Amino acid sequence: MSRLIIEASTPLCLLQDTGRFGVRHLGVTQGGALDWVSMSWANWLLDNALDAPVVEITLGGFTVQAEEYCLLALAGADLGAYIDERAISPGRSFILQKGQRLRFTQPFSGARAYLAAPGGFDAPQVLGSCATVVREELGGLDGFGKPLAQGGRLAYSGGGGAMKVLSTPSLPAKAPLDVIIGAQIGQFSGQSLFDAFNTAWTLDSRADRMGMRLLGTPLEYQGPSLISEGIPLGAIQVPPDGQPIVLLNDRQTIGGYPRLGALTPLALARLAQCLPGEKVRLAPVVQETAHRQHVDFLQRFTAA
Amino acid sequence: MKPRIEVVAIDCLMVRLFEVIAEANMPWMLAATQRLRQGFGAALVDLVPSYTTLMVHYDLTVLNPAQARELIGQALTDLQPQARGSGHCHVLPVWYDLSVGPELSLLSRRSGLAVDEVIRRHSAHEYQVFALGFAPGFAFMGLVDESLATPRLNTPRKRVAAGSVGIAERQTAAYPVVSPGGWNLIGRTPTQLFDRDRDGYSLMQPGDTVRFEAVDHAEFIKLGGDDTPLEAQA
Repeated sequence: MSRLIIEASTPLCLLQDTGRFGVRHLGVTQGGALDWVSMSWANWLLDNALDAPVVEITLGGFTVQAEEYCLLALAGADLGAYIDERAISPGRSFILQKGQRLRFTQPFSGARAYLAAPGGFDAPQVLGSCATVVREELGGLDGFGKPLAQGGRLAYSGGGGAMKVLSTPSLPAKAPLDVIIGAQIGQFSGQSLFDAFNTAWTLDSRADRMGMRLLGTPLEYQGPSLISEGIPLGAIQVPPDGQPIVLLNDRQTIGGYPRLGALTPLALARLAQCLPGEKVRLAPVVQETAHRQHVDFLQRFTAA
Repeated sequence: MKPRIEVVAIDCLMVRLFEVIAEANMPWMLAATQRLRQGFGAALVDLVPSYTTLMVHYDLTVLNPAQARELIGQALTDLQPQARGSGHCHVLPVWYDLSVGPELSLLSRRSGLAVDEVIRRHSAHEYQVFALGFAPGFAFMGLVDESLATPRLNTPRKRVAAGSVGIAERQTAAYPVVSPGGWNLIGRTPTQLFDRDRDGYSLMQPGDTVRFEAVDHAEFIKLGGDDTPLEAQA
């Protein structure tokens, strides 16, 4: 029941959903789409569950050809997508006729695009998720963590879905990244706390699905060394060199570096669309406020 | 026992029970884990135990931060340590040999003990599983006899064979799958430590105990071990 054949791919094109839960005490990482907002919109466009399996395409270099009529949806970054020779912008569902090609060329705006299909792409559930984690050999089309590759087939079984267009921009708006202040905040120097929230940080090219490094004035932690403990999604850890690392979906489950705090989910979605060299700013927020804002934001998917 | 509750993320709170790593922590950690799992029920997304802490990740569409704190407080009221022996005790066969455990000689030199005595001391103790992390099924265990405590390698190996048993400071562990690693390797176990088809996936769970049992080469092979020397895999 193949629907799409993959003609070109890269190690950064991966099948994803929201990730694995209930297994982190076994050392299994979370995985899942880095920009969960765009993944949700791609699924929303087809009336899917918001966490149905999607393809996460980072930077481009991905081409599929329809083996039969397909209804698909695209959200997130503008990666210069074309249906044959016709450009297609993200934030809509669309039809790919038998024989037509969908190809992603290069990033024009944002870094990650999400491709959805009715009911989600077919994939084996491994430890409760199809999220591809290459390092742990979990998830993906084969269940063993392989990225999508030339010659592979993407199929879907859902029948529903309609032609829809997003009324809001597909990409999360640019804004400072909200950081929920963590318990160790008081053990950074006063100057470092000022620098953390009042200077720009440059995204390092050393970035992957485990973490993104921020370059700027080094932050100085003055507290005692720590015993390894659980690491939440979005944690901003500060290793001895003072250059913070934002820990992402494929992070290790425990670690012992001090933390400034953790990005909010919305900030993580924004960060996922930033390219190396881009500048970002951090803004402090308390947990209660961030929680209220997040619950409000989730309303958009039901009200839209 | 007055646990501290700390904010770590929008939907995560850290329950800090202890300040130092100790085997005596475990009965309390296990009791707290059980109470928190019961107390949160379906609202619990993940509970990540480590040496002295439990990270509670809850469903933020069900609970707000104040409610989550309240639940933690209730769950840990009048906490009593869990009776010993509530975790599983695993016996891991290990082929201790220089070809698969090149740091046996380093440990012998550092400690001034014969290699056989290094092996005896490593396999004499029943270790606590403090936490899993680094990779699926990778169990941090301790505490290793002080004479064997050795810092991690200055330069981690790019490739450590699956089943490799190592020591870092006063901890010991076995690598479930081939991975990079900086622990001092002293042997190899044929036991499969992580299996996606096994109920519970990971052989070892936090709170379990582990004993290493020295086996000879023939027994190691019979149990399904791969004796490819480490250098051949580099």
